[in-house]
Amino acid sequence: MGTLLSIENLSVEFSNYQGTSSVLNHVSLSVNRGEILGLVGESGCGKSVTARCILRLIPAPPGKITSGSIRFAGEDLLSVSPKRMGRVRGREISMIFQEPMSSLNPVFTVGNQMREVVRRHRGLARREADALCTGMLHQVQMPDPEEVLKKYPHELSGGMRQRVMIAMELVCDPQLLIADEPTTALDVTVQGQVLAILTGLSRRRGISVLLITHDMGVVAQVCDRVAVMYAGQVVELAAVEELFARPLHPYTQGLIAAIPDVDPPADDAPGGGARPLFSIPGTVPTLIDRPPGCRFHPRCTVGGPGCARDVPGLCWVTPEHAVACHSSRGGTA
Amino acid sequence: MTPVIQTRDLVKRFHVPGGFLGRHPRRLTAVDHVSLAVRRGETLGLVGESGSGKSTVGNCILRLLAADAGQVLYNGQDILPLKETDFRRLRGRLQVVFQDPQSSLDPRMTVATIVGYPLRLQQGVKGTALEARVLAALADVGLQAEHLHRYPHEFSGGQRQRIGIARALITGPDFIVFDEPTSALDVSVQAQILNLIAGLQRAQGYTYLFISHDLAVVRHISTQIAVMYLGSLVETAPKEAFFRHPYHPYTRALIAAVPRPDPTRRQNLAVLPGDVPSPLQIPSGCRFHTRCPEVMAVCPKVAPPHVEMGPEHWVDCHLYG
Repeated sequence: MGTLLSIENLSVEFSNYQGTSSVLNHVSLSVNRGEILGLVGESGCGKSVTARCILRLIPAPPGKITSGSIRFAGEDLLSVSPKRMGRVRGREISMIFQEPMSSLNPVFTVGNQMREVVRRHRGLARREADALCTGMLHQVQMPDPEEVLKKYPHELSGGMRQRVMIAMELVCDPQLLIADEPTTALDVTVQGQVLAILTGLSRRRGISVLLITHDMGVVAQVCDRVAVMYAGQVVELAAVEELFARPLHPYTQGLIAAIPDVDPPADDAPGGGARPLFSIPGTVPTLIDRPPGCRFHPRCTVGGPGCARDVPGLCWVTPEHAVACHSSRGGTA
Repeated sequence: MTPVIQTRDLVKRFHVPGGFLGRHPRRLTAVDHVSLAVRRGETLGLVGESGSGKSTVGNCILRLLAADAGQVLYNGQDILPLKETDFRRLRGRLQVVFQDPQSSLDPRMTVATIVGYPLRLQQGVKGTALEARVLAALADVGLQAEHLHRYPHEFSGGQRQRIGIARALITGPDFIVFDEPTSALDVSVQAQILNLIAGLQRAQGYTYLFISHDLAVVRHISTQIAVMYLGSLVETAPKEAFFRHPYHPYTRALIAAVPRPDPTRRQNLAVLPGDVPSPLQIPSGCRFHTRCPEVMAVCPKVAPPHVEMGPEHWVDCHLYG
């Protein structure tokens, strides 16, 4: 299984009147062919900025990529021409956003918008394009695909809109699909359907997926590997079973422990069971006052004096498990 | 013991503009004969997907929306027929915390003004007495005197939610409606706020209605749980019974669809087909029949019976009728 996408030492800054803030700080991660990589973190940790950098969708100014490389199938996306980038977007790498209503154009029909993708990237005639779109909508389990093509986005429910988005993004058979919180705006029963369709289709067609989410439950259920981000840095990277069985970074440990459990514990005494939830003290630092050294140190319970001074680098504890932490580098945590 | 809050056959309808130039408005029944009760010191978790009417129930109880039919009993007294002037005396006893602390706090007011406002309005408390009460309320939610003269934008999401809670607590309520109080927060902060809400209840004996779409959160905070689907209740039960023996097919699907943080046990997440129907076109008979995996011939024709499955465990389903 080769590497399809590899991001190395990516740093991004955003400037405004308050000054310059480093939004991404030496982010390195890779997506293998055919795998689903989960990118988790809380709001403002830089997971969406990372995704947008891959497609070069960072507005500059105010954004600026200050260092690093993004290699996709052997090509450095940061140095290709805008024309070539236009071919990559939608054809080789496509992206699904959180809110399907704002990614679909309300004044055009679904068919109109889907056909545009196919005709632009594949140069198909209208009839062939229609057949391809209908087939794709069928694959995302849309009832009555011909009718759906004639509808406007507002005539569809949230779950149907998100399935239209998936169909639209997969219709050109991309090699990589970036899904940015694809189910966050959906109800839980609909989230289940959409995740099942998304992962089923990508596995069948061998499409790699970069799944951005804040939900550790979603990560556990659908991903192969996981990268955890905190305040603009990747703090831990591991296979999903390994990450949940042996989380090394105190932040990852806290994230997992803070999830309220749906299933009653085996020893749940009737009437009791209201133990306080584990919570990470403090709050996520804002973009302009990120602490020096390890960015997690003000909220960390295991750190030593060095943590406030030195930035921990991402270290490979085993060939499949990397962590950026001064205290758990040797795998002692 | 009389429940602190009880609703009897609560109904709320909305008129939705429709037709050419709005000439044919349609009627939408957001809450359809909902009866529930919350005992003193307990928390009723009200669960449902978007459009199920759970927030409308909360708003009708607090008279933020005028119910069309039914009763809302506060300590046994129906509060719906009260005149606004009479009801105003009760407002301080019935409080609310909203979902989005960003939009429920006035950006032009300082924390001191926001938190003190209800007390000034309802009891005319002023000056140093007011400031002392504000400080006490802030201390209850883990904020300090240094936060008094700051504006909402200077706080993080979790701290803003603490301000919202302090504002609800300052009038000394009995009953508080929490409408998705942690949905806008990150997981690590959500845990802090849930612990705060539970701790306040243990210390002060508050009674809560906790509205949420997140079953894990509801399980953590509630003593009783009620599930709504398209405006009506489908199952109500004490927490333990609810999670050990869910009866309604919708309840079972809701529990099964929550992605568990355990990669060694992969679930089939696609537990239900289709989407929630529009509340403008509520299906006939049992309103869940269009998506129900155990649908029978009778379901589209007849409304389901209200069946008692155990102590305080009620389910509306033909499977058990």
